Amino acid sequence: MTPAGADGVTSAGADSVNPADRRWLVRAGAGAVVVAGVAVPWLVDEYTTSIFARTLVLGLVGVSVALLTGVAGLPTLGQTGPFAAGAYGCAVLGMHTSSVGVVQLLTGAAVGALFAALTVPLVVYARGVVVLMITLAIGELTVTAASRWRSVTGGSDGLAGMPAVRPFWGMAVLDSDRARYLYTLVVVGVVVCVVLVVLRTPAGMLLRASRDDEGRMRASGHPVTGYLAMAYVAAGAVAGTAGSLLVTAQQYVSPADFGFDVSALLLLGVVIGGAASVGGAIAGTALVVAVRDWLSGLLPGHAPLLLGGLFVVTAYLFPRGVAGLSAEVASLLRSRSRSRSRSRPGSLGGPDVSQAAARSEVNA
Amino acid sequence: MIIQAARWAGPLDAYLIPALDGIAYGLLLFVAASGLVFCFGVANILNLAHGTLYAIGAYTAAAVADGGWATLLLALGVGVVAAAGAGGLLAGLLAPVARRDHLTQALLTFGVALAGGSLLVTAFGPDNLPIKIPAALDGSVAVAGHRYATYRLVFIGVAAVIALLLYLAVTRTRAGMLVRAAVDDADMVACLGVSPARIRLGVLAAAGALAGAAGVLGAPIIGPGPGAADTVLLLSLVVVVLGGLGSVLGTLLAALAVGEIQTLGVALAPTAAPFLLFAAMAAVLAVRARGLPGRLRTGLRLRLRSTA
Repeated sequence: MTPAGADGVTSAGADSVNPADRRWLVRAGAGAVVVAGVAVPWLVDEYTTSIFARTLVLGLVGVSVALLTGVAGLPTLGQTGPFAAGAYGCAVLGMHTSSVGVVQLLTGAAVGALFAALTVPLVVYARGVVVLMITLAIGELTVTAASRWRSVTGGSDGLAGMPAVRPFWGMAVLDSDRARYLYTLVVVGVVVCVVLVVLRTPAGMLLRASRDDEGRMRASGHPVTGYLAMAYVAAGAVAGTAGSLLVTAQQYVSPADFGFDVSALLLLGVVIGGAASVGGAIAGTALVVAVRDWLSGLLPGHAPLLLGGLFVVTAYLFPRGVAGLSAEVASLLRSRSRSRSRSRPGSLGGPDVSQAAARSEVNA
Repeated sequence: MIIQAARWAGPLDAYLIPALDGIAYGLLLFVAASGLVFCFGVANILNLAHGTLYAIGAYTAAAVADGGWATLLLALGVGVVAAAGAGGLLAGLLAPVARRDHLTQALLTFGVALAGGSLLVTAFGPDNLPIKIPAALDGSVAVAGHRYATYRLVFIGVAAVIALLLYLAVTRTRAGMLVRAAVDDADMVACLGVSPARIRLGVLAAAGALAGAAGVLGAPIIGPGPGAADTVLLLSLVVVVLGGLGSVLGTLLAALAVGEIQTLGVALAPTAAPFLLFAAMAAVLAVRARGLPGRLRTGLRLRLRSTA
């Protein structure tokens, strides 16, 4: 479509300002975020800490959404499916078998990946808006299944009463909101680091190349569908891990945790965060969840109305997210200063190869 | 003779009523989902507010119909006009982002669904509302030895007529020709001088009218309540995935299949029904191997351009 060319130019320009400064800024920002994240439970009360833990969990699901939506180019509304599968798998395991955190996390990841592997044929052959539609149906059907399958999931009442989790064999159990929050923070941090590292390997590059020019990749002999299937299963594992964390963080799980509104919130958060950015996905999701909670406290009963308004405003104002907006502003300022020396830069031309490559770079 | 028929039906007899219910449910889904198929196939919009358009119709039926024929017809008129108007409004909201990617459009329509659902709950309360239908339709009739709700039987007839009219409109009229042409090649239709904005407006208003009609007539089956919009949207999406685009017959068969799964499937295996919908989607997509029909896929080969 036509607008893509212009966008490629603007964001490519923002990426290529001065990479060294930018990298340093990103690292400093990430360090500050980590310090703030660790300090949170000592700064706020227990209840707020538990809300922060749940927000982090949703942020991790947001990472899996960004992995598919932004990096692989499969926009999804269905990551609540593997999220729910991982959560229920982990809850059942926690009640009957093991309360060791590592075992639960691995189980959650395995169940999420299995869920994704079973639904792979539904998703990877489609593209674009068809994927949105199919994944939405998958997510919704999972919730329906969860509320009907009473013997395992407890129906719409949900499952409660899991014993407290101990992170590793022989360690103390997580018996306070602060401990559960820190556990969540550590796991989310580790998973995010793994995702970032994998995206920097050739595997991540192949995925972004498949997104940017599928035809050329196929012509060069790359099994694009296979790559997408692997990305989908990996995103399922990330979402399943988040499901396991959800059970640990709130010690309760019910179909209401995986509703349509959750999928849509995640997608909104990821879009605000810039779609392909892993850090942006967490920040965007946290922002949207915080706004939702703030609105529902501010105007009880009317939160969905204002939240709907937020969706509409986002769609109009920053279709490329806040990150995209700042990049656009930056490139606008730069193009003005540059236009004094030269006439307008070629912002109306199509993207060339180097610009496309710069655009597909993952912002940490 | 009725008794004989019942004996002849033998072990299948117990499932006759759920199967009949499935037809009613399927035809309701057909009327509701065909609007979504048009939005998606013709204007290439994933309208996540489609369920809300249905809910507008259903709430209109609850508010206007008081048990008489006149008010039922009035409710049908008001519901169709209100939902068509809401569809037109949605087209207006979508106009500024028409050239953006589909993610933006999906977010926008979802925002409208969220806000619209909230407004409906504010106006009509958070409970499922009862529907008053004319006394003549409120009873039950004998069908092969079983009692069956008269309204549903009449609904099957009315919905079948709507399906037939829709089929004729798509295959025989100029508007239908335009619809089929836009499904095949929207760019070419635009080149031939038909404004895409006008197509979008027409299609969304028509989709709203269909959803509104489904809402008013189907209110006794999927009643007005906070969950109605979600249910209708989900089942309509499954119908679109199963039935593909651009074929009224495909949509009809898919809707009947989903209706039977939701009624007969629930009667046969209560816990397995949601998995049956999964299985049906998987089977259809596997048979087609490429999801929606190939000629559409080329039109839908959309890249996500929102990456920063």
